[in-house]
Amino acid sequence: MTLLQLEKVSRRYPIGNPVFGLRSFLTAVDQVSLEVRKGETTGVVGESGCGKSTTGRLALGLEQADSGHVLFEDKQLAAADTREWRAKRQRMQLVYQDTLAALDRRMTIGDLIAEPLVIHDIGDRASRQQRVLDLLYAVGLSEHHRALYPHQLSGGQRQRVVLARALAPSPSLLVCDEPVSALDVSVQAQIVNLLVDLQQELGLGILFISHDLRVVRHVSDRIVVMYLGQVVEHGRADTVIDQPMHPYTQALVSAMPKLPGGFDHYLPLPGEPPSPTERPSGCPFHPRCHLAKDICRQTQPELLPLGPERRVSCHLVSNP
Amino acid sequence: MTNILPYIGPKVLRAALSIIVVVTLTFFVLRASGDPALQILGPGARAPDLEAFRQKWGLDQPLPVQYLRYLWGALHGDFGNSMLAGKPAAELVLERMPLTLALMLPALALNVLIGIPVGAYAAMHRDSWIDRSVMMLTVLGFTVPSFVLGLLFILIFSVTLGLFPSGGADKWQSFVLPVLTLGVGGAAMLARFTRSAMIEVLSQLYVVAASAKGVTWRQVIHHHAFPNAIIPILTLLGLMLGGQVAGAVLVENVFGWPGIGQLLVVSVGNRDLAVVQVILLLVALTMTSANLMMDLLYGVVDPRLRQARPGSH
Amino acid sequence: MQKKSRIDLPTLFASLWLCLMLLIAAAAPLIAPHDITAMDLRDRLSPPFGFGGTTVHLFGSDDLGRDVASRLYYSIRTSLLIAFGATVISVVVGTAIGFLAAYFRGLVEHFLLLLIDVQASLPFLIVALAMLAFFGNSLPLFVGLMGLYGWERNARLARGLALAAGAQGYAGATRQLGAHPLRIYLRHILPNSAATLLVAATVTFPEIILVESGLSFLGLGVQPPMTSLGVMVGTGREYITRAPWMLLSPSIVIVLTAVAVSVVGDFLRDKLDPTLK
Ligand SMILES: Nc1ncnc2c1ncn2[C@@H]1O[C@H](COP(=O)(O)OP(=O)(O)O)[C@@H](O)[C@H]1O
Ligand code: SF4
Ligand SMILES: [Mg+2]
Repeated sequence: MTLLQLEKVSRRYPIGNPVFGLRSFLTAVDQVSLEVRKGETTGVVGESGCGKSTTGRLALGLEQADSGHVLFEDKQLAAADTREWRAKRQRMQLVYQDTLAALDRRMTIGDLIAEPLVIHDIGDRASRQQRVLDLLYAVGLSEHHRALYPHQLSGGQRQRVVLARALAPSPSLLVCDEPVSALDVSVQAQIVNLLVDLQQELGLGILFISHDLRVVRHVSDRIVVMYLGQVVEHGRADTVIDQPMHPYTQALVSAMPKLPGGFDHYLPLPGEPPSPTERPSGCPFHPRCHLAKDICRQTQPELLPLGPERRVSCHLVSNP
Repeated sequence: MTNILPYIGPKVLRAALSIIVVVTLTFFVLRASGDPALQILGPGARAPDLEAFRQKWGLDQPLPVQYLRYLWGALHGDFGNSMLAGKPAAELVLERMPLTLALMLPALALNVLIGIPVGAYAAMHRDSWIDRSVMMLTVLGFTVPSFVLGLLFILIFSVTLGLFPSGGADKWQSFVLPVLTLGVGGAAMLARFTRSAMIEVLSQLYVVAASAKGVTWRQVIHHHAFPNAIIPILTLLGLMLGGQVAGAVLVENVFGWPGIGQLLVVSVGNRDLAVVQVILLLVALTMTSANLMMDLLYGVVDPRLRQARPGSH
Repeated sequence: MQKKSRIDLPTLFASLWLCLMLLIAAAAPLIAPHDITAMDLRDRLSPPFGFGGTTVHLFGSDDLGRDVASRLYYSIRTSLLIAFGATVISVVVGTAIGFLAAYFRGLVEHFLLLLIDVQASLPFLIVALAMLAFFGNSLPLFVGLMGLYGWERNARLARGLALAAGAQGYAGATRQLGAHPLRIYLRHILPNSAATLLVAATVTFPEIILVESGLSFLGLGVQPPMTSLGVMVGTGREYITRAPWMLLSPSIVIVLTAVAVSVVGDFLRDKLDPTLK
C-alpha cells in the first residue's frame, strides 16, 4: 500500500536581491517523483547538495512545493503551520542528523520523549510516563537515561533518543535525513539495525536519506539516485545495486567494497558536484561523465521507464 | 565598470523608507497626543472658535486627507508656527543651526584628531604603560555623561581657575569648554575602537611583513595598516553622530549655548510641538543621510560588499 | 577553554560598589537621617562634614537647607528603580518584537526590521524629548518611555537567537513535532535565550541610568518633590560656585555606578556569553 507519493515535485529558492533586478532562482529539487510503501523503505542517495534534504522536507510538508503533488495516505497535505497540518505531524516524523542541535539542551530525555505526546494530547500523565519508559527500552536505552540531559549522552544514544521521540506519537511514516552520518561506523550499524527491527515491528514506511550508498543499500527496498535536484535512476534496491544503468550510479556502486556480481574496477568520479546555481547544459552529469557524447551536452535525457519500477535518465540507456 | 546599483539601490530605498516612517509616526503621534485646536487655543476656548480653527487648519477633514496635507506641507518646509515665538517653526530652527554646527563640527574634529592618533599609538605600543593608562582613561571618557563632565569643567576651569567663561557664545574663549566637553566622549570611544581595529590589522600584517623582504615595518604600517583600519573607523564615526547630537543637547544646556539643543529643551518644556517636530525630522534626516553616506563609502572602498550573497535577506 | 574564573581587582571593586548602591537603594528610608523635603532655612548651603560642616548634614545641605545625604540615598533609590523597571520593559518589548519578526515572514517582518532600523538611527535622547513634548510627563509614562531605550538592540538579538534556533535546531524540530508556535517560542526559545538576554540587560541598565539622569538634569524627567540623581545635579548647577557639594556627590555616584556596571558587564559577558560583542 502506498503511504507517501511525490509526483513531479519541484522546489526553487530565490537568490539575490528581490527589488533591484538581481533576483534569480536555484532549483534545489526538480520534478522528483518517488513513493514510500507501508512497511517498506525508500532510500534516497546522492552527493551533498543534490537536494536530498529538501526532498525530505517537501515529503513532510515542512516546505511547500512550487509545483507537483505530495500525497500522504492518498491525501494532499494541508498548508504548512495550519492546525490541520500540525495535527498531521503525529502520523509523519523526521529523524535528524544533528541530534545535539535538534534536542533542546535544557530538557531531560524523559521530557523530550514525552513532548510529542503532550503536544498531541495523547494519554494522561501516568500513561505518558509508561510510554516514555517503553520507548526508551524499545530504542535500547534504559530508565536511568530519563533524567539525563542531551549533552550527557553519546552521539549514538542521542540518535536513539531522537528516534524514540519520533516514534512516540505512533507515526506511520519516518523521514530519516542522514540519521547515521554523524556517527562512528560501529555505532552506525547498531542504529541501522535498530531502525530495521523497529520497522518490522511497527510496519513503518521510511524515507531514508543518505549520501552513503552502503547504508542506503542495507536498509532500502527501493533506491532513488539524485543528481543536481533530479532523479537520475530509480529501481528496486537489488537491481540498482547489481545492475546500475546510469553512469553516475555506476560510479557510486563501483566505489563500494567489492560485491559479488558487481563491478571489478573502480570508476572514478572526477571533479566536484556542481552547484545548482550553475547547472550545466544538456545532461547535468555530462561534465563528469566518462561516456558523455555530443548529444549529452545539448539535450537533457528524459527519465524513461525500463521495466517494472525501473527508470533511468541517460541517452546511452534510452538509445544506445 | 561593475554595476553598483544592486548595492546602492536597497540602501537608498531603505533610507527613504526610514524618513517616511519617521514623518508618518510623528504625524500620528502628534494627532494622538491631543486635539491641536484645544492645545493651541487653550482649554477655555469657545466652541465656535474651536470649530473655526479646525476648519482653517483642515482638522475637520478625514485623517488620510490630513496626512496627505501634512506631507505636502512638510515637503515645502511648512511645519506650522511656533506657539511661543509666533513664527514658522522651520525658520526658528534654521536660525539656530549655525551655532549648533559651530559646536559639533569642532567637536567632531576633536574626536578624530585626538581619538585616532591616540588609539593608533596605543595599538603600536600595545601593553606598554602608556597603552594601559590610555585605556583606563577612555573608560572614564565615555562613561562620564557629558552634562557631568561639562559641569566639572566649569567648576575647574571657570570657577576655580577663571580661565574660560562658563556660558554664552560671544567670544572665542566661550567655545573652548563646550567643544572640549562634547569632543572628549567621542574621542575616548574612537581611541578604543581605533586601537582594536589597528591591532587586528597589525596582527594580520605581521605575516605579510615577515615574508616580504626589503620592506620596512614602518612602510607596512603606512601602506597597509592605516588604510585597512580606516574603513571600520569611518563607520564608527557615522554611528557616533547620534551620540554627538544627543550630547549637543545636554552640552548646550550646560553652557547656555543658544543652539538647536537648547531650543529643543525649551520647546519640550513648553510643549511647542511644531518646533519639536521640525527638530526631530531634522535629526532623522541628518542621521539617515550620514548612515547612507557611510554605507556608500563603505561599498566604494570595499567592493566585496557589493556582491549579493545567495540566500541573504 | 574555561579559564579559572578568578575575579580581577577592578571587577571586585565594581561589584562591591554596586552592592553598596543596591543596599542604599533598598534601605534608603531606614538610613536617611532627614526627610528629603524637610527644609531648614537657618542651615542652608552648609558644607559637608570635614569641609567645615557638621555631622548633622554629613554631605552638606542644599539651597533650601535639605539634607544632601538623605536626598542622595533617595535619588539612588529612584534612579535604580526607574532604570530597573525600564530595563525590564526594554528587554520584554524588544524580545517580543524580535520573536515576532523572526516568526513572521514577508511584510510584517520587513516592517518590524524597518522600525528597528529607524530607531537605531535616531538618538534616543531626541526621541525621548519629542515624546515628552507630545505626551507630557508623569512617572508611569516616564518609566514606560525609558523602557523604549534599547528595545531595538534587544529585538535584533532576540530575532537572531530565534532564527538560529529555528533554522536547524531544536525549534525547527519542535515545529516538526506539531507544536503550536506559542509553545515553541515560550517553552523552548525563550528559556534558551534567557542567559543571553540577561547579559544584554546588563548593557541596557547603566545606559538607562545615564539617559534618565540626563533628562532629569534638563528638568524634563523625574519631577519634584521626587528626586533622582539627575535632578540633584540639575539643582546643584545653580550653586556651582557657592555649594559645589550639591553637584559633586550625585555626579560621583553617577560616574562610579556607570563605570562599575560596565566593568561588571564586561566580566559577565566574557563569562556567560562569548558570542555577544
Ligand atoms: N532555504 C534555502 N535557501 C536557499 N537555498 C537552499 C535552501 N535550502 C537548501 N538550499 C540549496 O538547495 C540545494 C539542495 O540542498 P539540500 O536539499 O540540503 O541538499 P542535500 O541534503 O542533498 O545535501 C543546495 O544547493 C542548497 O544550497
Ligand atoms: S546522458 Fe550522457 S552525460 Fe548524461 S549520464 Fe548519460 S552518457 Fe553521461
Ligand atoms: Mg542534507
